[in-house]
Amino acid sequence: MEFAFTQEQRMIMDMAQDFLTEISPSDKIREAMATDRGYITELWQRVCEEMCWQAITIPEQYGGLGLGYVEQAIVMEQMGKQLFCSPFLATQALATNALLLCANEQQKQRWLTELAQGKITASLGWLSGSSLQNRHWGSQSVQASFTLCEGGAILNGEWQQVVDGHSCDLLIVAARSPANGHIKLFAVEPKACQIQRLPLPTLDQTRQLSRIIATQLFVPESGILGAQPDQRKELELILSLARIALAAEQTGGSASTLTSSVDYLKERVQFNRPLASFQALKHRAADMKLELESAISAVYYAACIADAWSQGAKSDSALHRAASMAKSVCSDTFTFCAQEALQLHGGVGFTWEYDVHLYLKRAQSSATLFGAANIHRARVADSLLGPIERQETSYETDLQP
Amino acid sequence: MKLTFSHEDELFRQEIAQWLSDNLIGEYEQLKFRGGPGDEHMFPNERKRWEQHLAAAGWLCIGWPREFGGRGLTINQQVIFHEEYARAGGPGLVGHIGIGLLGPTLLQFGSKEQQQRFLPGILKGTEYWCQGYSEPGAGSDLANVATKARLDETDNCWHIQGQKVWTSLAHEADWCFVLARTEQGSTGHHSLSFLLVPLDQPGVDIRPITQLTGTSEFNEVFFDDAVTDAANIVGKPGEGWRIAMALLGHERGVSTLGQQMQFSNELNEIIRIAISNGAASDPHIRDRIARAWEGLVVMRHHALRMLSNPNQSQQPPEALVYKLHWSSWHAELGKLAMDVLGPEGLELNAAPYQLSRLQSLYLFSRADTIYGGSNEIQRNIIAERALGMPKEPRTKSA
Repeated sequence: MEFAFTQEQRMIMDMAQDFLTEISPSDKIREAMATDRGYITELWQRVCEEMCWQAITIPEQYGGLGLGYVEQAIVMEQMGKQLFCSPFLATQALATNALLLCANEQQKQRWLTELAQGKITASLGWLSGSSLQNRHWGSQSVQASFTLCEGGAILNGEWQQVVDGHSCDLLIVAARSPANGHIKLFAVEPKACQIQRLPLPTLDQTRQLSRIIATQLFVPESGILGAQPDQRKELELILSLARIALAAEQTGGSASTLTSSVDYLKERVQFNRPLASFQALKHRAADMKLELESAISAVYYAACIADAWSQGAKSDSALHRAASMAKSVCSDTFTFCAQEALQLHGGVGFTWEYDVHLYLKRAQSSATLFGAANIHRARVADSLLGPIERQETSYETDLQP
Repeated sequence: MKLTFSHEDELFRQEIAQWLSDNLIGEYEQLKFRGGPGDEHMFPNERKRWEQHLAAAGWLCIGWPREFGGRGLTINQQVIFHEEYARAGGPGLVGHIGIGLLGPTLLQFGSKEQQQRFLPGILKGTEYWCQGYSEPGAGSDLANVATKARLDETDNCWHIQGQKVWTSLAHEADWCFVLARTEQGSTGHHSLSFLLVPLDQPGVDIRPITQLTGTSEFNEVFFDDAVTDAANIVGKPGEGWRIAMALLGHERGVSTLGQQMQFSNELNEIIRIAISNGAASDPHIRDRIARAWEGLVVMRHHALRMLSNPNQSQQPPEALVYKLHWSSWHAELGKLAMDVLGPEGLELNAAPYQLSRLQSLYLFSRADTIYGGSNEIQRNIIAERALGMPKEPRTKSA
């Protein structure tokens, strides 16, 4: 047991911080927000060439760095601090894990190698159910369908909220067999097939979402990931790993909102004193710090569990519980800190010019993405208390006296 | 960064688990899961005997260096010890103030003679300590201590005059470490000294304070020309504040793990009751139980961060937020306990005021956000030390 960063991990953190401070200042974020892709291609290329982050968790045999989930969290935290617009979350946290867990050797050789080289970006789409099913961002949200056929499979469905779905080079989608309810993952190269990709204007302009539509789409056998007949278990694992990465990003975002608020309070003078000397405001900042430190402990705990899990030292259920814990804690922390930052900045926090609103919107989108805090606490509760029989909600409640 | 333990450490886990299951039996059986926060007044003599039993096997001062009679366990082994001790239901230690606070302070600042005189009593579980910091006029403003001590060269003793308050377990203690003013007319944290004072003497009067629980862990301690030998000052006169603060630093050390394990046992009891009385089917209660579990995991990993942090010269942020975090968490756990108990939580076990463990948890945890530096003081400390925000301008004293 050693719950502190190694020297190498510190180095990764320091390098990430310096690099991101340089490449992702406020004007670059705003420039990225205005692009179709939602990120600046040249900056992502610099990340791939100079930092190699796209290869962090890819094993060395595919040309990756072979590092773990703690290192991934470190990088995500720093990206969150700088609100860096990039395809990292979709490519590294979603698609790479999907390939690692589901793909056969040939598929890994092909796509993981390309991903490690930074030649392609990728994403994962799975939300294709009703609003109620989609709130869970889990396997129950997979309602798009597949049927196996001669030489491949036919996909039908509409995937919602696909992160960077319209810009990625490799798109992995999850679909369900109407025959037996099994879930399978499919890799498609959107530029080479008849799949519709609709970019959606988003509340949080620093992260692009799209809708993907497949109608009688043929996927050849080479695109059917792996041989497991039902990949529900694998999908849930991929999502838990992605939640830890997102939680790390939320932690970084929270840290920035605190830093900018404290800087502002120290600078702004009212009643002939810096605002930072008023106890009412100090206590609010202290509460943000308390939440931030909790998020840090939560996320690195979960990242350690993920590393132990990948080495076979922790069970799947331990990973799921840790991921749900990290996602719920960090979602609450970031939304709290971003809201407090707006209040502490006063009127200027409500302007387009200041970056406060960018963090507020990122906080809201990240809190929702991959399942809201209450959804994840319900999962934690299930693991502690056993599941409950949920009563069917009646929508016919008579509100008249 | 990793959370798994080595094979060697896991063997150590088996050793301590086995020892506890072989020894926490017979006359000690009744002490299982007792003596924790809010229950510290229970079975004091029986618990002291248990502590002497632990001491004889070398399991009392496990983190102290070997050359001072401790077990010299690594941090990892201490973490494991506390986990297994709690799992086995090991009772709260009456001696925790000596073991966790005064002992380490004497190891750091005590003279050789003081170490030889005072460490063995703590190691053997035969001498118990209490902490004399707070006073009626020195609560949040601790530096406003008014208790005075004067060195009388005729009898070569310190003579102490004043009053301490909220002194936990003073009625079970043999000695008190006292923060006292040793220069007449001084103010603030200058000229305070750290004195070791025997309690069994005519100049000391200990009066229990009845708390809202109906029980008394806390006391008022009156010093009316109490005496202690001139040699019983730790450090030099005037160094008391520095030593007192260093001692509080030990509150955030390994001893926090023992406290967390008590918390874990409390949460487990709440979960058991929620499942058995049906409260676990209420989504709101489920959400709060999940939050409590998450908070406990966070607390544990704050502690592991502190323990894994080799740079102890400067307080890291996780140490600065630690008290605010656990006190708020525990206060909420107390409320959760009552809401899980439901209507039955309103009835007592017996008259006049016999509380169940969870009722006692609820009431006693109201103190957590006050003692040891209130939440408001903690927020000032976090804002000033971790965030570099300026102190609130002070009004000039009249």
